[in-house]
Amino acid sequence: MTEAARRVVLGIGNADRGDDAVGCLVVRRLRGLAPAGVCIEEHDGEATLLLARFEQADAVWLIDAACSGSAPGTVRRLDCATDKLPASAGSSHGLGPAEAIALARALGCLPRSCIVYAIEGEAFGVGAPVSPQVEAAVEKVARAVLGEITAPA
Amino acid sequence: MERRTIKVDLLARVEGEGALRLTVQNNVVRDAELRIFEPPRFFEALLRGRSWTETPDIVARICGICPVAYQMSAVHALESIAGARLEGPLRDLRRLLYCGEWIESHALHVYMLHAPDFLGYQGSIDMARDHADLVRQGLALKKVGNEILEVLGGRAIHPVNVCLGGFYRAPRKRELLPLVEKLKRARDLACATVRWVAGFEFFDLERDYELVALRGPGEYPFNAGRIVSDKGLDIAVEDFPKHFQEEHVAHSNALHAHRRGGGAYLTGPLARYSLNSDQLSPLAKELAKEAGLGPVCKNPFRSIIVRAVELVYACDEALRLIETYQEPDRSAVAVQPRAGVGHAATEAPRGMLYHRYRIDAAGMIQEATIIPPTSQNQPSIEQDLRTFAGGWLDLDDDTLRLRCELAIRNHDPCISCATHFLKLDVVRD
Repeated sequence: MTEAARRVVLGIGNADRGDDAVGCLVVRRLRGLAPAGVCIEEHDGEATLLLARFEQADAVWLIDAACSGSAPGTVRRLDCATDKLPASAGSSHGLGPAEAIALARALGCLPRSCIVYAIEGEAFGVGAPVSPQVEAAVEKVARAVLGEITAPA
Repeated sequence: MERRTIKVDLLARVEGEGALRLTVQNNVVRDAELRIFEPPRFFEALLRGRSWTETPDIVARICGICPVAYQMSAVHALESIAGARLEGPLRDLRRLLYCGEWIESHALHVYMLHAPDFLGYQGSIDMARDHADLVRQGLALKKVGNEILEVLGGRAIHPVNVCLGGFYRAPRKRELLPLVEKLKRARDLACATVRWVAGFEFFDLERDYELVALRGPGEYPFNAGRIVSDKGLDIAVEDFPKHFQEEHVAHSNALHAHRRGGGAYLTGPLARYSLNSDQLSPLAKELAKEAGLGPVCKNPFRSIIVRAVELVYACDEALRLIETYQEPDRSAVAVQPRAGVGHAATEAPRGMLYHRYRIDAAGMIQEATIIPPTSQNQPSIEQDLRTFAGGWLDLDDDTLRLRCELAIRNHDPCISCATHFLKLDVVRD
């Protein structure tokens, strides 16, 4: 893998679960705009697969939906080097992105730079549409991430 | 009267969302309720009116940990209606796909979910701080399972290559061969896993479960076999509804399965091993013996050893299947729908998974019944708690709670699948 391809943007979520689709929508918006060598991927967020991805990267941006009780569409930018990620609320199915980051830190394989964009969701029903406030955040987050990935490494 | 309630409001390190409520009255355990509150997902209703060909892709979505099991039970049940029976390379490829799922699911459970209990950690992240090499070992094992699913299933989660009659595309031999060296390393890691977990301290507690698993000639079961138990049951899969029934219980969104006219029973690694230990590969048998397992194991705490032995077997079997693989002429046999009912049971990592479908002449699904292993094991898990917790009542609530959680994790319940989920309440009266 070239040095440039060691920069990875991962849109996490399930495109068919309402606002959980937001990570996927952001990376779809970035396709064709990202500089050559920056890898843009959709990812389901399973922790062990994320860990394998971390091991191959120097810089990672994770875009994911959040559920913290804030207003839908609220965007938070967290730097894993300095910010503490909230633990996930109980387990759902296996381990998720927060556990992957904690495990990577414990195992010494967290990429040099790991930035999380967390977009507050509202509805996560099967087949539900994306909420208008979350849809509006897609462009904003895509632009912010694009600014970061086009900046010199 | 002294009443003591121990509650685990949200059980961690299990798949899905559930809770346990243990009620103790005058220092006697009165009740143990595994409460599954993850909402039902109505997959059976969702399947009605869909084409039978859509089934493997729909049911794969029931579980991110054991999608292969759902696909396999579905295609075998539907193929039985068409009178199709897969032999040769296609049958072997389905066994290989299942090996991949067992490796990833068992590696996850042994290393990340269950071992922290025995080593005194809150979870795998705490364990990783002190035992990074062990956690890396578990992740390396799981990765090989994922890779089998990627090569054969198209992707590691919710594979997309399974269809009625076989696969959309059969792999070339040269695509499978790179897995050989990886599987040999994984098998070494699996042997090391058996030796590692065999050194844990176990409670000397057994239960007289009725153990239920598939058994067929000449192979440790994945996709085929008769349903047998250690209490004399020996039936064809289509007779499952005559011998087993599901019922609603008020405290759970999962249905509870029982033997008709009987009681709780247990599926999963303990049952599979105890009814099939003679069919393991020579290496897996040797490791089981070295770990001190007899031909039958009814101590649920030692299920972690059985899973590790099954990891050895799954690696061994995957190697055998790849080495003997000959590319099939066709990736799938033709199947034609006809009106009828089909049944199948296969061995998901956490236990037997039964499916029944009724389709019309055009192949549209009229009825679907899916009975996951956790629904079947829930009554036995509750009985484990009622039986074992009585000896633990001198413990403070926090320690008792952890002990009960361990007893639940022995069975690797997949609550999302069973919701048909978990939280622990100990009520001491």
